[in-house]
Amino acid sequence: MQLTGAEIVIRCLQEENVEHVFGYPGGSVLYIYDEFFKQDKLKHVLVRHEQAAVHAADAYSRSSNKIGVCMVTSGPGVTNAVTGIATAYMDSIPLVILTGQVPTHYIGEDAFQECDTVGITRPCVKHNFLVKDVRDLAVTIKKAFYLAKTGRPGPVLVDIPKDITMHKCEFEYPKTIEMRSYNPIVKGHPGQIKKAVQLLLDAKRPLIYAGGGVILSNSSTRLLRLAHLLGFPVTNTLMGLGGYPSTDRQFLGMLGMHGTYEANMAMQTADVILAVGARFDDRVIGNQVHFASVQRKIIHIDIDPSSISKRVKVEVPIVGDVGEVLEELCKQLTASKEQPEPKALAAWWKEIDAWRSKKSLKYKQGKEIIMPQYVIEKLYEITGGDAFVTSDVGQHQMWAAQYYKFDKPRRWINSGGLGTMGVGLPYAMGVKLANPKATVACVTGEGSIQMNIQELSTAKQFRLPIKIINLNNRYLGMVRQWQEMFHGNRYAESYVDALPDFVKLAEAYGHVGMKIERPADVEPALREAFTKHKNDLVFMDFMTDQKANVYPMVAAGKGLSEMILAEDL
Amino acid sequence: MRHIISILLENEAGALSRVCGLFSARGYNIESLTVAPTEDASLSRMTIVTAGSDAIIEQITKQLNKLIEVVKVVDLSEAPHIERELMLVKVRAVGKDREEMKRIADIFRGRIIDVTETSYVIELTGNGSKLDAFLEAIDRSLIMETVRTGVSGIGRGDRILKV
Repeated sequence: MQLTGAEIVIRCLQEENVEHVFGYPGGSVLYIYDEFFKQDKLKHVLVRHEQAAVHAADAYSRSSNKIGVCMVTSGPGVTNAVTGIATAYMDSIPLVILTGQVPTHYIGEDAFQECDTVGITRPCVKHNFLVKDVRDLAVTIKKAFYLAKTGRPGPVLVDIPKDITMHKCEFEYPKTIEMRSYNPIVKGHPGQIKKAVQLLLDAKRPLIYAGGGVILSNSSTRLLRLAHLLGFPVTNTLMGLGGYPSTDRQFLGMLGMHGTYEANMAMQTADVILAVGARFDDRVIGNQVHFASVQRKIIHIDIDPSSISKRVKVEVPIVGDVGEVLEELCKQLTASKEQPEPKALAAWWKEIDAWRSKKSLKYKQGKEIIMPQYVIEKLYEITGGDAFVTSDVGQHQMWAAQYYKFDKPRRWINSGGLGTMGVGLPYAMGVKLANPKATVACVTGEGSIQMNIQELSTAKQFRLPIKIINLNNRYLGMVRQWQEMFHGNRYAESYVDALPDFVKLAEAYGHVGMKIERPADVEPALREAFTKHKNDLVFMDFMTDQKANVYPMVAAGKGLSEMILAEDL
Repeated sequence: MRHIISILLENEAGALSRVCGLFSARGYNIESLTVAPTEDASLSRMTIVTAGSDAIIEQITKQLNKLIEVVKVVDLSEAPHIERELMLVKVRAVGKDREEMKRIADIFRGRIIDVTETSYVIELTGNGSKLDAFLEAIDRSLIMETVRTGVSGIGRGDRILKV
């Protein structure tokens, strides 16, 4: 049977078992929206700004392992979506973004709402397509889903001119896709794995350094098995949190710019590092030269060869799916008669425990002013450590990462690579739609939340009972912290004046608002929000300490072991 | 160090800009770039001359391989290879210069492919340094314009870049 392009788009999404599409209609996607209207299998979630559509689809994917799907119109619809696409790209999140385009015969004529979508998005997608013939539409969408999820995942965009959505052709959805130019390596090289096993067995001061790749490849149980098999300490990157249980004794906490003392010291001084789906980025290892000044051997498992030996020299590169390689490592270690030398390992743990005893995350909660760390600790207690927590970007993000102890993967949802302010609320929407029964908290600040505040309206329309934890210190806190430390206390444009009354704002959107000003009220307020107002969106505006800083801190350009600790001040 | 990288890629709209975009986005050099379809019209072959440390060249080849439309990447400079470039030079050719210009073109095995009363167009192929040498050998003030294709390269003997 002949179908129109618009019908084909809907049928393809149904074939891919897509349940939710996040989007915003407009001129060039009208025929597609008309087809949305005629069916009820696919649910469309209408956001209030295209950026939020992409963020919501992104978090939908992060929290569920499904592919996030969004749809926007041409021109401004696309340019608004770019921040969302770049955010997903930096964190390797599988998305399919369908964009409207002006009719093919208008392309290049500066038509109304025309932009070079493929050109604008090229550097921030895994791949993109412009469909020029309706007969290519189904296979292109199939390719988009295939590319998004396989290999190193990422966003894939399909640009569809309006006339293509009107043209007709026979519909057939391809069952499989083969591309001669795209064959990601899944299995690790046996020789390299053998080398890695030997290196691990010979290690005296070993460390497992695990990133977002563990979560993307659904390998957290394998990682746990490997770590317990070896008895090695484990640290997570910001993106890897939840990939290893935070409450496990072998866990040293997050490493990097705001990592724990023990994690950073272990990373700097280990003799063998097993890097699993992590990429040694600047926020993790600090100064490259300082890091390289210590002799160590690195085993690096990653699905993307270009992530290996990019910033640090690697002894044993293993290209492949993290899960497959971890499985093979476990198998060979179990079969091996050797074991890591217990004496050396005991001495290493003794050293680590000494670093731990510094308690680098401690802070003082007085009676007058709410400390932001305290709010996160109470949030952890009250949600039993079992909530999905999204965050925006800044100090609150770091505190959430440090003080909420994630034990499960896909529970910690934040923008690690691009560091996009404004993701928190749309992320929470995506998480809630993917996990309707879950408790979802959005940890944010008064700066970030205002970057996508309009989504309070979407949350109302789709009845999403998110709990917003606004750590309100009346400053762009992370900017203020850097200005205090590196710019002589000159707080250029970091004080946020004329803030809205967030309680009234929440109420204006039809939600529940709370303002919490005293430490004693923190716990009761959270309890009320998560029990009495279980089914409401609650905006909790916590007035927190204006001078609180995130510690430990490795200043930009400094070495990983050159941390500033709270107690030093 | 200078490297010559050969790339086989799908002959599709936008593939070239993906490669160029990669080089500019990551701050790699392009000394020259040539591209045209191969005998299999679904594929294009590109030759890029670039420079960088071993680590940078390793990243360049990895990043190129990551592009979805790239089928194969080879660093020609890793093994024996041949490189050639084509240059067209338009020179003023009047009076005694006419004979002199023809003589030098012959020495460099160039061919005169267009003649007017006052000018020649000389076609010359060779590696880059030969073309440079030709320009050095003739009287600079007689050069009206030049155009060079950039380097194309191919491996010697059994070294074949094919799908």
